[in-house]
Amino acid sequence: MGYPHKPHPRETLVLSEHFGDSDARTYDGWVKRGGYRALEQALGMEPQAVIDEVKASGLRGRGGAGFPAGVKWDFMPKQKSKRHYLCCNADESEPGTFKDREIMRWTPHALIEGCAIAAHAIRAEVVYVYIRGEFTEAIAVMQQALDEAYAKGVLGRKALGSGTSIDMYIHRGAGAYICGEETALMNSIEGKRGNPRIRPPFPAAVGVFGMPTTINNVETLGSVPHIMTRGAEWYKSLSLSSPKSTGTKLMSVCGHVARPGNFEITMGFPMKDLIYDLCGGMSPGRTLKAVIPGGSSVPVLDREEAENCVLDYEGCVAAGTMLGSGGMIVFDDTADMVYQMMRIAKFYAHESCAQCTQCREGTAWTVRILQKILSGRGEMQDLDLLLDVGEMMTGKTICVLSDSCAAPVGSAVQKFRGEFEAYIKGARQPAVALV
Amino acid sequence: MADQERVTLAIDGMEITVPKGTTILEAAKQAGVLIPHYCYHPGLPVAGVCRMCLVEIEGVPKLQIGCATPAAEGQTVRVNESEQAKHARQGVLEFLLINHPLDCPICDQAGECELQNYVFQEGRARTRYSPTYPKRFNPVEDFGGDVLYVPNRCILCTRCVRFMDHVAGEHVLNVSERGDRAYIGIHPQRQLDHPWAGNVVDLCPVGSLLSKDFLHKARAWELDHTPSVCTGCSQGCNVNLDTRAHSVVRVRPRPNAEVNKYFMCDHGRQTYRAMNRGDRIEAPLVAEGGALVAADWDHTLARAAQILKGSSGTAVALVSPSASTEALYLLKAVLDGFTMTAAFRVERADGEQPLAGIAGLSLRSERAPNVAGATLLGYEESFDRALEAARQAAVVVVLDEDLDGVTSDMLKGSGNLIYLGRALPDVARSARVVLPVTNVAEEDGSFVNRDGRVQRYLQAKSGPGMARPAWWILSELLAELGRGEPLGSAAEAFEILAAKERAFDGMSYGSLGLKGVRVGNGTAAEVTA
Amino acid sequence: MHDASTHESVFDGKRRARLDEIMKRYPTKQAALLPALWMVQEAHGWVSDQAMAEVADVLELTPAYVKGVVTFYTMYHQHPVGKYFIQVCTTTPCNICGAEGVVEAFLQHTGCGELGATSKDGRYTVVEVECLGACGFATPVLVNDDFIENVTSETVPDLLERYR
Repeated sequence: MGYPHKPHPRETLVLSEHFGDSDARTYDGWVKRGGYRALEQALGMEPQAVIDEVKASGLRGRGGAGFPAGVKWDFMPKQKSKRHYLCCNADESEPGTFKDREIMRWTPHALIEGCAIAAHAIRAEVVYVYIRGEFTEAIAVMQQALDEAYAKGVLGRKALGSGTSIDMYIHRGAGAYICGEETALMNSIEGKRGNPRIRPPFPAAVGVFGMPTTINNVETLGSVPHIMTRGAEWYKSLSLSSPKSTGTKLMSVCGHVARPGNFEITMGFPMKDLIYDLCGGMSPGRTLKAVIPGGSSVPVLDREEAENCVLDYEGCVAAGTMLGSGGMIVFDDTADMVYQMMRIAKFYAHESCAQCTQCREGTAWTVRILQKILSGRGEMQDLDLLLDVGEMMTGKTICVLSDSCAAPVGSAVQKFRGEFEAYIKGARQPAVALV
Repeated sequence: MADQERVTLAIDGMEITVPKGTTILEAAKQAGVLIPHYCYHPGLPVAGVCRMCLVEIEGVPKLQIGCATPAAEGQTVRVNESEQAKHARQGVLEFLLINHPLDCPICDQAGECELQNYVFQEGRARTRYSPTYPKRFNPVEDFGGDVLYVPNRCILCTRCVRFMDHVAGEHVLNVSERGDRAYIGIHPQRQLDHPWAGNVVDLCPVGSLLSKDFLHKARAWELDHTPSVCTGCSQGCNVNLDTRAHSVVRVRPRPNAEVNKYFMCDHGRQTYRAMNRGDRIEAPLVAEGGALVAADWDHTLARAAQILKGSSGTAVALVSPSASTEALYLLKAVLDGFTMTAAFRVERADGEQPLAGIAGLSLRSERAPNVAGATLLGYEESFDRALEAARQAAVVVVLDEDLDGVTSDMLKGSGNLIYLGRALPDVARSARVVLPVTNVAEEDGSFVNRDGRVQRYLQAKSGPGMARPAWWILSELLAELGRGEPLGSAAEAFEILAAKERAFDGMSYGSLGLKGVRVGNGTAAEVTA
Repeated sequence: MHDASTHESVFDGKRRARLDEIMKRYPTKQAALLPALWMVQEAHGWVSDQAMAEVADVLELTPAYVKGVVTFYTMYHQHPVGKYFIQVCTTTPCNICGAEGVVEAFLQHTGCGELGATSKDGRYTVVEVECLGACGFATPVLVNDDFIENVTSETVPDLLERYR
């Protein structure tokens, strides 16, 4: 299966350089492309020096929260009295996001290398790569690469012949979005329901199996080898706007664009150029209506906001939304925002773990209100109710799944109110029958 | 823990100092501020899921849960003085109600329901959930044991699951499915028949887990609650007797950190049945011409005194280890002057039924509450030997012992049988006087548990007819014999006992309080909630 | 109903050895629960109450615990499904690219008629699934373990030819 698109000249190819090149999947192919040099280099360094390098690079978590990766590593105990663990979060399930899957499918050794470097830095002897159960192909490719890495002595008791012992295992998920939340992911590895845990204690103190643990996203870990070989300064220099956002970002673009797919941009790249230039804009005759830039969990942007948004952590916040995982859902003028918000809410209602009251009941209630509006039986007060229910769901629960439902829905009610009102006033034909 | 580090914080303007590590919710309790909550229970591991106990902490951007956030030095916490926290609680209440049936009129929990209470206290007057939406529905399920699950009322607080997992140590309940489809599940091949499983009914903050035994027996607001001690075994779990009119309808645990924490076993819950027995003796009886005839107390007590005065030599006391410490002591005093054989017997079940998560808490094999009290007062577990002695005794006094298996033959020897009891077994018909006594629900008294803890129980209902507490009868008899003044209360009887018996030295009902004191430690027990 | 006598044990011989190997990866037996359930589903096509009891036994858990976990993860089938289990993503990104039409086409061409139902020949079960994580390749479809991208309502009949 070839990669869907040839790289665009305005992309900055770091993580995606070898996407579509099946030779890069093999150990030999990876080494031929400079692979495992970074690991060798890191294993020759003190763990703290590796952490400092990553800290200096400004690399931030690519899973959605954007927390500085080196700082996270630095939270791990320096006096090692217990087993340390690294968990690689490959539970990519955020609607609109499909970048980690590509990293695993095309450059599995890049991820193994990044995991091994991180394991060395935080002095973890075991790495669990938690891959969502649906990613059958990615799991197979990763497993093959892991087997090769063991066979070549990259992993095991003496990683690359060093004194460091690194074991790495794939843990297959089984259909639960919430397991992408780091504490839920740890519970899932432990053989439990994927319920997020209350914090404190934080994973660096009490993580998987009660031991100090760091959880990093695939893209974050995949960036680490490049930082090691090319240096923190180089990585920091990849920044077009805010100096707090560095490096490249794989933007997954989907929905109503001519060329959907993954595009690797330098932090600070204009969203407008990504949509109209790299992705080829809308279909002929269509115009941009809205963008949800960070996976479905973040506030929706209208056309004007989207066209002025700069793609980095700060730029998205300035536009009233978040960069999140970088999964951009693009809507053209044919999109029914009310119906799509109902689908988004339905997703969260389906995925709520059931622990927190606001989330368990609020997500399902949000779906009901939206279905009522779509059925043509909505009332104007339902719009205020949607906002109020959303407010009651925000900032009050163990994890942010509840907030993630409220954010897109609430912003859509505010920015596309006319579409909601059209259903309520009967200007639009009912889209669903009320159940 | 006197030198433990302490922190001072303000909760709704009330300053309070607590040991470091105390949660805000527990600190607030001490400050007299109840932070509404559902999933939190002091006897269970913290879950932090109902999100009801959200409080505002000055300087912290988001509301925090009181049940899991430790109190910190200088903290300013707002519960009822925070509009934000109140709004959050109102939100939780509204969310909990959208799938909750409004069937309070037929719900056993009504009146003692934490959802009902908090909604009345601060919930919205009207729901905003459209009446056209369906509510979640799952059929009522019999969990086995005494427990019925009504899933439609469930608020998923998981107290029951955590109790079974972490306290009972038997993982038989679970949370099944997720999102708003979730419910409490039980494996199809399993039953909730653990000997302590009934606690899940008490723990359930709503009417989702119900006692089949108590189902529809009474409304919560009709019940009176009287502190008592369980008579099911020698553990001495603190309980409340819930009474409606003259019936005990339910026995529920009363917290005591030193004995039973918040729990009691299912066997103990069934003890109320004995308290309501209908086959009671309702008047004093004296033997007249070969038959027992009803008499008044003066006449009967005079007759009993006459029998005792006219006898000498050996006396045998056959007592129940369920009799009050006061009665056991006064009986000894009454028989002072005789050569006495004082004995009891106790039903012993095979093995104990421990509550795994609480050290020292178990349904004990000794199925009587005052074995230790009887032993401390010199009664021996040598019932058969005492029966042997009874053949030649001048007087035999029976105190609340049911004489099961004892034949009239065995008691014929003395000819002077004085019987204090609740019911009249055939073998006691040969008694010269029969003195009707009240049961544990009908009198004040005390028991000593297996750990030597002296604990009071209080009168919850009136006794039948002319039945009187055994301590009263025996003190009147002592007065009749010219060896004391009649006593006015169990407290007085206990004071006399404490003055005479070294193990009880320095104790009084006042010092015992409602949590009890260990023998040889005549100071009040620390009050713990 | 499937009674215990019809339950064919999963963890014998090779599979037991494989599970033992997996257990070495974790400090607790419980952690092998998800892998063990995958093995059950691989062997039987679904996870029955009896299989849950067997897993519980092997991993020193209780059946109730295992059931709580099974019902959390939607990929474990609590009922038997068709020979080909077809999951069509219908979450927003795919939805705006015509995923509901793809679902319709599957329901029609498999003869399943409705979501979750198994076709009369026992061959197919079609379900809607929430985001499969391949939004740029709408509409992705999982047929058992085959991950297929860019499915449209028009390509459904040809696709089904591969699953007879």
